[in-house]
Amino acid sequence: MADPTIVRAQDGSTPLLALRDVTLAFGPKVIQQKLSFDVNRGSIFAVMGGSGCGKSTVLKSMIGLLRPGEGQFLVEGEDYWADTEQRRIEIGRGRFGVLFQNSALWSALTVGENVALPMQMFTKLDDVEIRRLSLLKLALVGMEHAYDQLPAELSGGMRKRAGLARALALDPDILFFDEPSAGLDPITSSRLDDLIVNLRDGLGATVVIVSHELPSLFAIADDGVFLSATSKTSIAHGSPVFLRDYCSDPVVQDFMQRRHGNEDGSGRGQLR
Amino acid sequence: MLVVKGSWLGRLGGLPEFRSDDLGDFGGPFGFDTRDLGRWDTGLVAFLWDAIRAATRSGLKIDRSSLPDAIRKLLDLLPDEIAEPPKPKRSVFRPFYWLGGKVIDALTEVGALSDLTVQMSGGGVRAVLGRAMLRPVDLFSNTRSAGPSALTIVSVVNFLVGAILAFVGAVQLRRFAADIFVADLVGLAVVREMAAVMTGIIMAGRTGGAYASRIATMRGNEELDALAVVGIPVSDYLILPSVLALVITMPVLYLYGCLLGILGGFLVAISMLNITALGYYQQTLGAVPFDQFAFGFVKTLAFGLMIGLVSCRIGLLAGRSAADVGIAATRAVVAGIVGVIAMDAIFAVLADVVGV
Ligand SMILES: Nc1ncnc2c1ncn2[C@@H]1O[C@H](COP(=O)(O)OP(=O)(O)OP(=O)(O)O)[C@@H](O)[C@H]1O
Ligand SMILES: [Mg+2]
Repeated sequence: MADPTIVRAQDGSTPLLALRDVTLAFGPKVIQQKLSFDVNRGSIFAVMGGSGCGKSTVLKSMIGLLRPGEGQFLVEGEDYWADTEQRRIEIGRGRFGVLFQNSALWSALTVGENVALPMQMFTKLDDVEIRRLSLLKLALVGMEHAYDQLPAELSGGMRKRAGLARALALDPDILFFDEPSAGLDPITSSRLDDLIVNLRDGLGATVVIVSHELPSLFAIADDGVFLSATSKTSIAHGSPVFLRDYCSDPVVQDFMQRRHGNEDGSGRGQLR
Repeated sequence: MLVVKGSWLGRLGGLPEFRSDDLGDFGGPFGFDTRDLGRWDTGLVAFLWDAIRAATRSGLKIDRSSLPDAIRKLLDLLPDEIAEPPKPKRSVFRPFYWLGGKVIDALTEVGALSDLTVQMSGGGVRAVLGRAMLRPVDLFSNTRSAGPSALTIVSVVNFLVGAILAFVGAVQLRRFAADIFVADLVGLAVVREMAAVMTGIIMAGRTGGAYASRIATMRGNEELDALAVVGIPVSDYLILPSVLALVITMPVLYLYGCLLGILGGFLVAISMLNITALGYYQQTLGAVPFDQFAFGFVKTLAFGLMIGLVSCRIGLLAGRSAADVGIAATRAVVAGIVGVIAMDAIFAVLADVVGV
């Protein structure tokens, strides 16, 4: 959990999260194969790639929703998918905070209740404290005024932010964001960048982020992996800035430069 | 100077809350001392935020410079003042308003249903002229899931109803040595009432509920809005195939139900009573003239139309949350079942007047 002193004190030799030769498939349809990368403690890790290349799918397997066909996913060296379901839930509840691509707010609950529910279920806090903490989390994303509104009454961007507040509910130390800034205006989006960096700095969280927003990737991500839909695996590793400046792969370059089309035609669908 | 020290973990509970009166008559600039701060999480941030808002309200100057960087950055994201959400007003129960509201709702509903019927009939006419936006695929898949997929439940229910009728009849009629009239009882009851009502109830529960929840889900996903924008009328594209599917399958299922009901009665009767298979068969033929079938046939056509329209209408009215989808399905099933029984009663009275 959020604990800067302890997190910082641990030795950095085992990565916090690691994928080892992971193959992901829906039935016979392989989405990504032989995928390996490390996410280090305290980093903001970007999962990049064209639309439909499997970023959300990779995220899904990291948060325990999709069992990889092959390979291992290690959380602090512990083979996550070899654990019992009980243990996986324990890790997920205690450490993971997830923002889904379509927000996935519980539609029958108000925004405040959405944030409060995990706390009601998994902490011993009383209602007043839960209310204060959920109000704080909503205020962090600028949504405190929507406390009593239903998700259906919100705009798409507001839903995103409410989903983000819900992801923060249990002060997780690993945050997974699927396109957090899609649908946000530039100001809210850069505010969100600040929020993500501050959460990382302030709470010692590690962030895995799927995003197409190049400015925000360049601004905040300090590590990453680039997935390709054609080769169905990662084709480059490193921070977005590094990939932009030093990666020679034409697909990656097209993505980073917002160009479209390249010699072998595999650039199709690489840009939004 | 606000001194915070030790461990501040909000998730463990028991953290203090900063109230405005905690400020007392403190006047100087409001600063912080966090030198002895141990472990912390957002619980501390919530506390400091309370303190800062209280200080802002009393017009104090706030000096955040001594706060650790991480905390200051989080606090910077938070507004200095929030509007308390208004408390919901208690509403007073006023019987006349309530009753009036209900009456208006009911009348509106009648209007909306007629409107829907008209729109759908328009779609039907256009379909006949070959100009409707009705896709044969939709009609086909709706019909398949309303009809053939329901065969098992229709068979089981009608067979058992026929068997039960024969059983009850046999016990009574045997006392008067009128064994053979079990065939009349089963035949008439099944063909005139039971097969139609049972099939209607099954369809209301199975297909009506499915229509309502499907349309309600589409509404929640803004799929209906997308249809409207493209200019595809919901009545042609969604409702017409759904209702048509029911109108097509209901009478067929009814005839099939009659057969199964009579078969159930037949098996019970010849195993319990002293009658021959051939005798039972001929007695049934004599007891159930063709117009009884026609009567049941027309009834089920009407049931199908009603169930289809009502459940689509309920789906269109639903709210946008997952719970609303459940409510819509429930309401469609309840309305469908009550509707079937009520219409059956009306048909019974009409039949008496007309003399069928
Ligand atoms: N439940 C599913 N069943 C079958 N295939 C799926 C399923 N979910 C996703 N896919 C397929 O997996 C591939 C990757 O999908 P994914 O959602 O991971 O893409 P993505 O990289 O997140 O794209 P985007 O940037 O558009 O969100 C796609 O080809 C998609 O069709
Ligand atoms: Mg995705």
